[in-house]
Amino acid sequence: MDMSQYLEIFIDESKEHLQAINEQLLELEKAPEDMAIVNEIFRSAHTLKGMSATMGFDDLANLTHQMENVLDGIRNHKIAVTPEILDVVFQAVDHLEAMIMAIAAGGDGKRDVKEVVEQLKRIEQGEVPSSAERPSNTFSVPLRQTYGEFEYNVLQQSKEQGFSAYEIRVKLRADCLLKSARVYMIFEALNEAGEVIKSTPPVEMLEEEQFDQEFLLTVVTKQSAEQLYERLMKVSEVEEVEVVPLDIDRRKETDGAGEEHETALRQQAAAVQEEKGKTTEKNVAARQSAPPNKTIRVNIERLDILMNLFEELVIDRGRLEQIARELNHPELNETVERMSRISSDLQTIILNMRMVPVETVFNRFPRMVRQLARELGKKVNLEIIGAETELDRTVIDEIGDPLVHLLRNAIDHGIETPDVRRASGKPEEGTVKLKAYHSGNHVFIEIEDDGAGIKREKVLQKALDRGIVSQQNIANLTDKQVYELIFAPGFSTADHISDISGRGVGLDVVKSTIESLGGTVTVDSEEGKGSIFSIQLPLTLSIISVLLVEIQQEKYAIPLSSIIETAIIKKEDILHVHNQQVIDFRGKVVPLVFLKDIFEVPAAAAEEEVVSVVIVRKGGKMAGLVVDSFIGQQEVVLKSLGNYLTSVFAISGATILGDGQVALIIDCNALIK
Amino acid sequence: MTAIQGVEWKVIAFQLKDEEYAIPVQYVRSIEKIQHITRVPRTAHYVKGVINLRGVVTPIIDLRERFGFPSVPYSEQTRIIIVSIKDFEVGLIVDAANDVLDIPSSSMEPPPEAIGTVAADYIHGVARSGKRLLILLNLEKVLEK
Repeated sequence: MDMSQYLEIFIDESKEHLQAINEQLLELEKAPEDMAIVNEIFRSAHTLKGMSATMGFDDLANLTHQMENVLDGIRNHKIAVTPEILDVVFQAVDHLEAMIMAIAAGGDGKRDVKEVVEQLKRIEQGEVPSSAERPSNTFSVPLRQTYGEFEYNVLQQSKEQGFSAYEIRVKLRADCLLKSARVYMIFEALNEAGEVIKSTPPVEMLEEEQFDQEFLLTVVTKQSAEQLYERLMKVSEVEEVEVVPLDIDRRKETDGAGEEHETALRQQAAAVQEEKGKTTEKNVAARQSAPPNKTIRVNIERLDILMNLFEELVIDRGRLEQIARELNHPELNETVERMSRISSDLQTIILNMRMVPVETVFNRFPRMVRQLARELGKKVNLEIIGAETELDRTVIDEIGDPLVHLLRNAIDHGIETPDVRRASGKPEEGTVKLKAYHSGNHVFIEIEDDGAGIKREKVLQKALDRGIVSQQNIANLTDKQVYELIFAPGFSTADHISDISGRGVGLDVVKSTIESLGGTVTVDSEEGKGSIFSIQLPLTLSIISVLLVEIQQEKYAIPLSSIIETAIIKKEDILHVHNQQVIDFRGKVVPLVFLKDIFEVPAAAAEEEVVSVVIVRKGGKMAGLVVDSFIGQQEVVLKSLGNYLTSVFAISGATILGDGQVALIIDCNALIK
Repeated sequence: MTAIQGVEWKVIAFQLKDEEYAIPVQYVRSIEKIQHITRVPRTAHYVKGVINLRGVVTPIIDLRERFGFPSVPYSEQTRIIIVSIKDFEVGLIVDAANDVLDIPSSSMEPPPEAIGTVAADYIHGVARSGKRLLILLNLEKVLEK
């Protein structure tokens, strides 16, 4: 069977599952007792295994299988979750990722995973990579339920009445389709013979198929173990049954229910346990009650085509609106208005389809940071802010690598080791803040660390050594200019070549990648306090709201997102500071930018008594753009000026107005210094 | 440059100042009448601006200014030849678009040492078609910045 047509879907889905596993593993590390998380991971791993086996990627399937075994152990409380075990599992996930990547790149997904498989096997057999305090072979003694006081009473009473208690492990076949039906039949079979007094997982979960293949039951009956065994094996799709008599007295002893206070303690513990169980169940319930989001996969190209077609529609809409205004025909007006409303709804939907929260990039970072910090022996807390900020899909695909680089940089070069931090009076744990937010027509992503900061002298020395600056220039450089040097090609400040970020690929690569996306990257730092890298990226929103303005005969569009407000100002209110004309705007000094001069608009108009000013901002800075008149607000389609006219100063693109003419869109960021 | 491949060249001939120029037809997307051009500030002097070409914002170059000829007001004959080359589309303002011609490659000659005022770099060769002398433009060079 030709699988190639499914390959793309396989790769996509595998990536999603791996991502889910990664996230859930991190969650698990925080809450090692939460079995709901383990179940989630297990489910993803299980699906992944099935898919890769079907597609014929055996290495992938084998490794996943091994991982699944370990997860199963965790789920059945045979293996305790420790950071060491998670390290190995993470490692396995890394391998899986690498294999998927290889497959996506056209490879066969083969990879040497013996070592990690070996490690997983050892874990599965109960060997904890370090601090081995658990019994070495928990796997072969899986049959052990814990009982509460009430259950002991029941067991005790039934024993007195001549019943015997058995613990039963039932394993269903892996390909069992109707697990809940089998569970029902098993319970039926046992209830005929006696009474099931306890099951792990609980009955409700069993009925909802919230288990993999195995579950434990405790039964009181007058029948023998063999009879029970026979009964259960008659149920179809049961692979294996194990029946072990339960010695209630001895169990109680070993469970240590003798001492009064100990019982109390145990009860408390049990209560806590129960509480936990409840919340987990609640989680499960909540997860189940939320209807699954139905999605389909759509090729991004089709979305692009849809977008292009819609842009055409928006231009025609503008034209229609203009015609309707001119004709002033009531019925036409009404129809055009309706059409405008519908098309703006349509617009929102189409735009949203292309937008993806940066979360999809950010969510692999906690994992990476954790690993890095462990490798480097540093304590790092990664704070992610604004993960819901949305960016166009095309930008999302590209920013992953630069961000990884900057984060590695912050952790490797920025954050100090715990003892150094303590010595300088900082908390042992360093903080790296990853923050995304919208501002104007751009998305900003900041990576801030509270580490050592950039040492001016060191940077200068390095830059001199590498011939990036000359001796004469040094004195004149501002701090900011010095910091910018680290983006120069062939620059690396780390004293030693480390595995983390000193592999010869410098920050210049980051800079060039971001610039190729139409963005910029800057750095600011304070020695001893930390550094902050700021990335500014275009939203690549193709339809934006603008304010149309007129400068002489020319029309320009200013993105509404950059505008704070518009104002009409009297000539005499314009002040002069250092050859710069400024105005006092609500108590702030705002420099004026005369667009007429900037854009070299031909022909000077007669001087007027008042000037129209559009107040725009970029981050915390503001400027007043002086125009001749305001035309109005409009939705326009952002179009590029084409490949021939690249990087025109202060123009971010063009748009087609209702009358078919082209208006240029002003890039306010370029006008604010 | 003696051998130019192809048996016949199909070219579009156009007028600029008092000479006739030609560009291979495969580069030409369309020929438009002069229309409103939106000036783009702070660009090269020969870039007149951009037009809306059926929804595509297309930059316009005035060939007269590109070649350093004196500019003349646009007339009824003035045309914009939209050419597509490499990865961009550009419109060229010419005095008039004349016709489409087939030029046998045998009638193609390398540019003479001194031809008109257009820098020899921009010229591919000259061709004779009846009594007309056509100057074949090297578009890639013309559109270089």
